Amino acid sequence: MERPLIKQALILCVGLCFVWPALSAEADTTSRWLPLTQDDMHDPNGPGVQILQNPSEALREMPPDVVGNRVNWVRALDKGYINPRINLYSNTKSKVLDMDVLRQNTGEMNAVLFPHRQHTEWLDCTNCHEWLFKSKAGTTKFSMFDILKGEFCGRCHGAVAFPLTQCNRCHSVPQSAISSSGKAD
Amino acid sequence: MQYYLGSSCSNFLEIILMALLIIFTATPVYAEYGDVVLNNKAEKSGMRPVIFPHWFHRIRFKCKVCHTEIGFEMRAGANDIRMADIIDGKFCGKCHNNKIAWGPQNCHLCHSGLPGLKTGIRGGDSTGGPGKW
Repeated sequence: MERPLIKQALILCVGLCFVWPALSAEADTTSRWLPLTQDDMHDPNGPGVQILQNPSEALREMPPDVVGNRVNWVRALDKGYINPRINLYSNTKSKVLDMDVLRQNTGEMNAVLFPHRQHTEWLDCTNCHEWLFKSKAGTTKFSMFDILKGEFCGRCHGAVAFPLTQCNRCHSVPQSAISSSGKAD
Repeated sequence: MQYYLGSSCSNFLEIILMALLIIFTATPVYAEYGDVVLNNKAEKSGMRPVIFPHWFHRIRFKCKVCHTEIGFEMRAGANDIRMADIIDGKFCGKCHNNKIAWGPQNCHLCHSGLPGLKTGIRGGDSTGGPGKW
């Protein structure tokens, strides 16, 4: 489809206007983490705010990311930057499941490879199963719209886990790389 | 601009792309990603709203501790939390008990938000998806 050059340029300019704030914010490393007194959330005149830890103090040494808290939390855990407590009660069992699930029904987008390991390092099985996702792969019906509304993956992604602007972190397997048997090559 | 709008009607893909750019563009919000405002009851009771920082807590506890052992729903505002429960050792009070973390007598450390904040989850990378329009 041939398009006039001027129109392409116009589309690019308008697009840039919208994404520029996001791009420039990501490039500006000095203001990644605002002090609590400047975050438009904490009352700078409140008696408690000076005592609370500021995000920069805790997060600046962590493996970086370009979105969210600007911390790659999975890497921070894997590499031992943090050692969060796993339970309050010693008899609470904790299970890490190393099993990937490939979700192919993604239209023209890359298929989604869901890694249980990274999720179960943080979460308990019951946080997702059986109420949000059925254990049997492929039996839970949901779409990107549900996720954008904060359901299914969107319970965490877009709220506390990396946001939904990071399409390719989930949609990571090209459809062409999937053989007819349904396994990723 | 009229030229652009008129001619783009035939280019459905471009309209979709533009819409996606608008939807997915981060709006400048200064809250730290995952910060939760709890104000269903706080201001009505004469206290500042609570700001719960996920970033601070996940350094120290895995998600499963609060969302399984303590039983917090994974939806901002969905937990019916009362100070009396916290003092009794439920919800936040499982840790905020002067043993694991500061106790509930330190009102202003949790009730530290600006007056008028609405309950919900905050952060700079909100996609503004359909549920948030």
